[in-house]
Amino acid sequence: MNRNLLLALKEVSKSFGGLLAVNNLSLNIHQGQIYGLIGPNGAGKTTVFNLITGVYPCTKGSIFSEEVDLTRLKPHSIVRLGFARTFQTIRLFVNMTTWEHVMVGQNLSADSSAGGVLPLGFGRKRDLERKAKEILVLLGLWEIRNQKASILPYGIQRKVEIARALSTGPKLLFLDEPTAGLNIQETKDLLKTLNQIHEQGVTLLIIEHDMRVIMELCDHIFVLNFGQKIAEGSPGHIQVNEQVIEAYLGKEE
Amino acid sequence: MDIFSALGINILLALSVYSPFATGQLSLGNAGFMAIGAYVSAILTVHLSLSLFPSLVAGGMIAGMVGVLVGFPALRIKGIFLAMITLAFGEITRNFFMNFLSSLTGGTYGFRGIGDTPVSLAWIWGWVLFFLVFFFFLSRSRTGLSMIATHDDAIVSELVGINIVRLKIGAFGMGAFIAGVAGGLFAHYYLYIEPEFFNVWKSIHMVLFVIMGGMLTFWGGVLGATVFTLLPEFTRVLQDWRGAFFGAVIIGLMIARPSGLLTRELLRFNFRHPDRKGPLS
Repeated sequence: MNRNLLLALKEVSKSFGGLLAVNNLSLNIHQGQIYGLIGPNGAGKTTVFNLITGVYPCTKGSIFSEEVDLTRLKPHSIVRLGFARTFQTIRLFVNMTTWEHVMVGQNLSADSSAGGVLPLGFGRKRDLERKAKEILVLLGLWEIRNQKASILPYGIQRKVEIARALSTGPKLLFLDEPTAGLNIQETKDLLKTLNQIHEQGVTLLIIEHDMRVIMELCDHIFVLNFGQKIAEGSPGHIQVNEQVIEAYLGKEE
Repeated sequence: MDIFSALGINILLALSVYSPFATGQLSLGNAGFMAIGAYVSAILTVHLSLSLFPSLVAGGMIAGMVGVLVGFPALRIKGIFLAMITLAFGEITRNFFMNFLSSLTGGTYGFRGIGDTPVSLAWIWGWVLFFLVFFFFLSRSRTGLSMIATHDDAIVSELVGINIVRLKIGAFGMGAFIAGVAGGLFAHYYLYIEPEFFNVWKSIHMVLFVIMGGMLTFWGGVLGATVFTLLPEFTRVLQDWRGAFFGAVIIGLMIARPSGLLTRELLRFNFRHPDRKGPLS
């Protein structure tokens, strides 16, 4: 089991001034699973994403991917190790087309200083374009590839974010509330896509408030409350966990 | 024929502002880099009898290196604050050349005696062509795409794997290098420089070229420089009203086209093969 351990958070804490947003959190992420990260508002879920991807430095603790301590790396190096993410509030590049969103993410796989300044038409263009096309087709974005992404409908923009993250070639994809603001049909659609991404060998860690989505999709769930992990386990396990119910609904008098 | 030399140099200056701007950094101090290039190259040709080309390159390189040094603090400072800091840098540079090295440069009396190796129009336009080709390839490269990404959202750019520190400093240094070369050409074309040439207005003019012409493609800066170099010449009939007309044009343009005359969409839809739907189609 230890062999395919992708990511290990060891006693990670993060405080903002006097506020302890993440408190002594340890998580193990294994390859090939779909993980859920749930908890009430303000529990520190997005902060966990920000710590792993290097947006914030940890106050204490370490985050290991194999032998590498991510807390020492810059965000752009962390992506390089195979960790990509989306954002809770959509953050697309306002001046780019959908196609360009997928090409810019491929910076990594095509990295070399000399190659970087050559026109996109040189060198490994075919490879990169094939991969970009695969991603866009998978997410159903191929037809709108030449449209400016920032003017697309909300649901589609969520998909462009996922496409951009996928284009970096992640082993582990962090999704921050992927179904927020989507209607029922769009949500169903997205779940199908996420399953397809998972089938291609990408491990997923999903923050989500829609419990039906979480219970249907995830193999393993972590529950946070006030920055601490209060439970983890299979969906069936979590649904009957007293501490979880208490965190969400309050204590029975 | 002087208007063509001014046009060439203005195009270079517009590109020097475009380069950092394309990664989201507004520099109001490029006249400072231009001054460094002008003075360094003139000192080299006049006092060390170096030939023109290595002097121009050396002037550009030193301006570029100073640009990299200024670029580091610029990483932590954004928007209006960066504009203020670069503006201060430009003024510091101008004051430096007013008060120091005056035995070499003549200080406030101006640098005379440049002239053993005068620049011809072809020299200026050779450099313009070189940088246009450079930016043309850059704009179609991954680095060009990364620059737009960094301009739009620096944090997300980092999270898709772009080394924004390298990119921003590189773009800032590149802009300073171009301004330095333009300064060297300016010094050896007009054969006379003084610190007052490189004041804040010069920096603001360069920024205007880019803002008016279009901020997200290098062609925008080129167009802006062209329009704003030629327009004053063609409006001489307006006499005293020329300045007012010029101002009115700027206001009108900002209302009609807030992102500048040229945008990437405009280029994409009108100047590329109309039958080409896009990659792989």
